[in-house]
Amino acid sequence: MRFGVVIFPGSNCEQDVIRATHFLGFDSEYIWHGDTDISGFDAIVLPGGFSYGDYIRTGAVARFSPVMSEVVRFAEKGGPVLGICNGFQILCEAHLLPGALLRNQGLKFICKSVNLRVEENTCQWLDQPAGTILEIPINHNEGNYYCDAQTLERLDANGQVVLRYVEADGSTADGGSAPNGALDDIAGVCNERGNVFGLMPHPERVVDPLTGGTDGQPFFTTIVRALAEVSG
Amino acid sequence: MARYEIYVTYKPGIFDPPGATAERALVNLGYQGVNEVKIGKYIRLDADADFDTVSEMCQKLLANPVIEDYRIEVVEGA
Repeated sequence: MRFGVVIFPGSNCEQDVIRATHFLGFDSEYIWHGDTDISGFDAIVLPGGFSYGDYIRTGAVARFSPVMSEVVRFAEKGGPVLGICNGFQILCEAHLLPGALLRNQGLKFICKSVNLRVEENTCQWLDQPAGTILEIPINHNEGNYYCDAQTLERLDANGQVVLRYVEADGSTADGGSAPNGALDDIAGVCNERGNVFGLMPHPERVVDPLTGGTDGQPFFTTIVRALAEVSG
Repeated sequence: MARYEIYVTYKPGIFDPPGATAERALVNLGYQGVNEVKIGKYIRLDADADFDTVSEMCQKLLANPVIEDYRIEVVEGA
């Protein structure tokens, strides 16, 4: 089992993902965005950062990096793909996930710890029971999730909304609990098959108690366990 | 060579925070009758490409059809 972490020009969280996976005892290696061979990897992570300076739109240019056609093919075959922050934005631009990430409603870059509620979902990347509250940091300027009403209905019906922003006690504040204005407080969504998952929070930053918590661990351990079961 | 001017704006119903901020600021400056401000992008493109190809460029890269509309104007005599 080996994670591949893609580096785009302007990515800046790839080291955090590599360190997080190593901390948990998993094998992982960088993939340069110009590479077109990802055959040595069992799961792909698109890390956070500012790929291509966020020019045109966040993720809009990275989506056309040479490695992305391979990532799309990998995902279509059912390979697990995780997009964190800018990685989530890239997955939306690549149409591997529905919707788009707009600029934060308050026009401010937000960097803080938030509370997230795990929803009933079909995501292969997270085995935490629905209702679990996780505390994970966010760090973004464009995390305001949007999709049209029809898509939202479909996401809810299929269990594709994986995480919602909530208050510390798990409740939703009047007017919503998303710090960035995200539609229906959505913090993370997966595709219908559950193998592609994107989220704005940074689980790779909370795997080591020394740096603030362990709530990010399941985002890496779940998929390792799932893949181990498959290969039996 | 043709010159195209492309305007990219949010689809109706999508909240435009910079537009809303500009709107409030204009009202605060005392301008009466400011109803709505929308802020979008302007792209000038000089290219040996026909209109359909430029449309394709917009759909693929310059705009995101999930959240944005675009309008292409051909500039005569540029």
